[in-house]
Amino acid sequence: MRRVLDSLLPLAGPAGLIALFAVIASQTVNAADDVKFRTAIVNVAIVVALYVFVGNSGVVSFGQVSFVAVGAFSAGLLTVPSDVKPGVLPDLFPLFKDHSISNPWSLVLAAALGGVFALVAGVPLMRLSGLAAGIATFAVLGITYNILTYWTRIGPGATTLTLIPVTTDYLQATVGTLAVLAIAFAYQRSRWGRQLRATREDPAAAQAAGIDVHRQRLGAFVLSGTLSGFAGGLYVHLPPGSITTNQVYLDLTFLTLAMLVVGGVHSLWGAVLGALGVSLVNILLQNGENGIHLGGWKISLPQGSSLVGVSLVMLAVLLLRPGGITGGREFTLPRSLRGRAGSAGAEPPAPAPEAGV
Amino acid sequence: MTHVQALIDAIGLGAVYALVAVGIGLVFGVLRIVNFAYGQLIMIAAYMLVFTQGWGDVAAILVAVAVTVVASLAMDRSVFRPLRNTSPATVLVATFAVSYLLQNVALLRYTYQNRPVGDSVGVLGGLNQAADIGSLHVRWITFVAIGTGAVALAALALLLNRTAIGLQMRAAAADFRTARMIGVRANTVIMAAVALSGVLAAVSAVILTVQSPQVTNTTGLSETIFVLIGVVVGGMTSLVAATLGGFLIGFANSFLGYELATQGSTSQTAVPFTSSVYLPSVIFVLVILVLLLRPDGLFVRSGRAPVERV
Repeated sequence: MRRVLDSLLPLAGPAGLIALFAVIASQTVNAADDVKFRTAIVNVAIVVALYVFVGNSGVVSFGQVSFVAVGAFSAGLLTVPSDVKPGVLPDLFPLFKDHSISNPWSLVLAAALGGVFALVAGVPLMRLSGLAAGIATFAVLGITYNILTYWTRIGPGATTLTLIPVTTDYLQATVGTLAVLAIAFAYQRSRWGRQLRATREDPAAAQAAGIDVHRQRLGAFVLSGTLSGFAGGLYVHLPPGSITTNQVYLDLTFLTLAMLVVGGVHSLWGAVLGALGVSLVNILLQNGENGIHLGGWKISLPQGSSLVGVSLVMLAVLLLRPGGITGGREFTLPRSLRGRAGSAGAEPPAPAPEAGV
Repeated sequence: MTHVQALIDAIGLGAVYALVAVGIGLVFGVLRIVNFAYGQLIMIAAYMLVFTQGWGDVAAILVAVAVTVVASLAMDRSVFRPLRNTSPATVLVATFAVSYLLQNVALLRYTYQNRPVGDSVGVLGGLNQAADIGSLHVRWITFVAIGTGAVALAALALLLNRTAIGLQMRAAAADFRTARMIGVRANTVIMAAVALSGVLAAVSAVILTVQSPQVTNTTGLSETIFVLIGVVVGGMTSLVAATLGGFLIGFANSFLGYELATQGSTSQTAVPFTSSVYLPSVIFVLVILVLLLRPDGLFVRSGRAPVERV
């Protein structure tokens, strides 16, 4: 029993942190900051989806935000009420123009499209590695952005898609993100997850042991695409219920990659900690721009300094801890709490320690 | 005749991209760092041209070169050196962070003064006028870009092949550890490469600001992204291949853009890839195809690239 509980600890830790974050935020945060905190939770989902591929395979991808974009636009487009669509989006294909679906179905659709797109892109691209893979996945992002921005038959084009129902409240954001987290955890503990991690540590040895690198990478890529699409569905339903293609392009790509690296690329705990940490710093600095009241004084940071501050914090973390905050380790309890069980004998054999680099 | 026009413009853009590619390739060769923040060195040089307006063209350019070299060295000392032995992903994200930091610092200039983003530059503005040769309509800066590109590349070739520091840089690029063992001073070589890449950033900035005299906090960003793609497509393991890759992506961008604009559809609902607005998609599809066929690089002789891990 204890061993089962121990093996679930790397899931329970991050999940507990997300839930705690959501509960505290939903009870204490004022209406103005509400959106930022809900966005922070959805960011965790996006970063965890990114981690499923980048963290497990060790291959850097700049393309996962394309799947977020596809999920976001499909979920958004199909939940806009169909009676207003012909007016605001006259060029759409009839299939999209005349139909609308409910919020849960839009999330399913977003996940499915993200997965299918990742499969189509992944079959050729997963043969690449290193810089070539990075550039090729970036090319996928560029193509997705370019076509979404100009082809008005499948979306709003260069204009803002509005009137999307705002359905991602704290509950949906949290439950959705926890689901993504659980799937990511189950995957990295599975046979396929471990095979992929083996190829990350030593590709030649893994191949010699009979692991098909291309297939394992493709599997993770598709799973990551599915989760990214789903996270995009959560993202698009955040207030104020609108989206542009620029929101799901370079900035989000760099932000989510930076969150993952700052947290620690090789662990789920790192993905969650990095996403929540960077989001929190960002929110604090943004509020600093509007002024913080401290014992009667109002201190305000200069406008625009929050972005400078976030980049500085990221840089500082990378310089001080190049392996990220977690150094690639999964969540564990502090030694004092682990003590009792351990003192009865030797430490219970750890369930295959996660490889940390 | 119009195709000749498109060809000349394409060579002009290719020359600028080739200059940027050399700057990125030099640092990659010695340090194995993909410097995403290279575009912000170009941005710094461009802002120096803004700040020194009225000093005369020569002084403005000299100041821009000097400041950019210092900035390049500072970037190496404060970020690259501490991260020298960490994973490529960490270094790459660190250069993103530097890039974002500098872009946002530049943005502060406009939020403080509460005005729209952008400053205009007038250095060498006369070169923006067009020379008419028959029915051709070529801006002088296009010739200057091609000429500067050729001269800079020739000078670099001389430096790399005929001087001691050039030999050391080539040795370090081939095998850094062995080069150190036989007495190449690592920091001297790195500083030389980093300083040279700063000079090239400033030269690129001068040409870019003549071509489009508006400087913003994102000046140099899209050029860097495209050149990074071009450099990987060309082949990062060799400076010549990387430079050719940079030239090719600039050339393709300009030439295909022209062809799509004259042949393609102009309808808002045109099918993707048939209108000039889809130029980036066309380029990216070509990039993916090349990478799939020649993952080591288009201009790297197959079999000569170091064996890549899986």
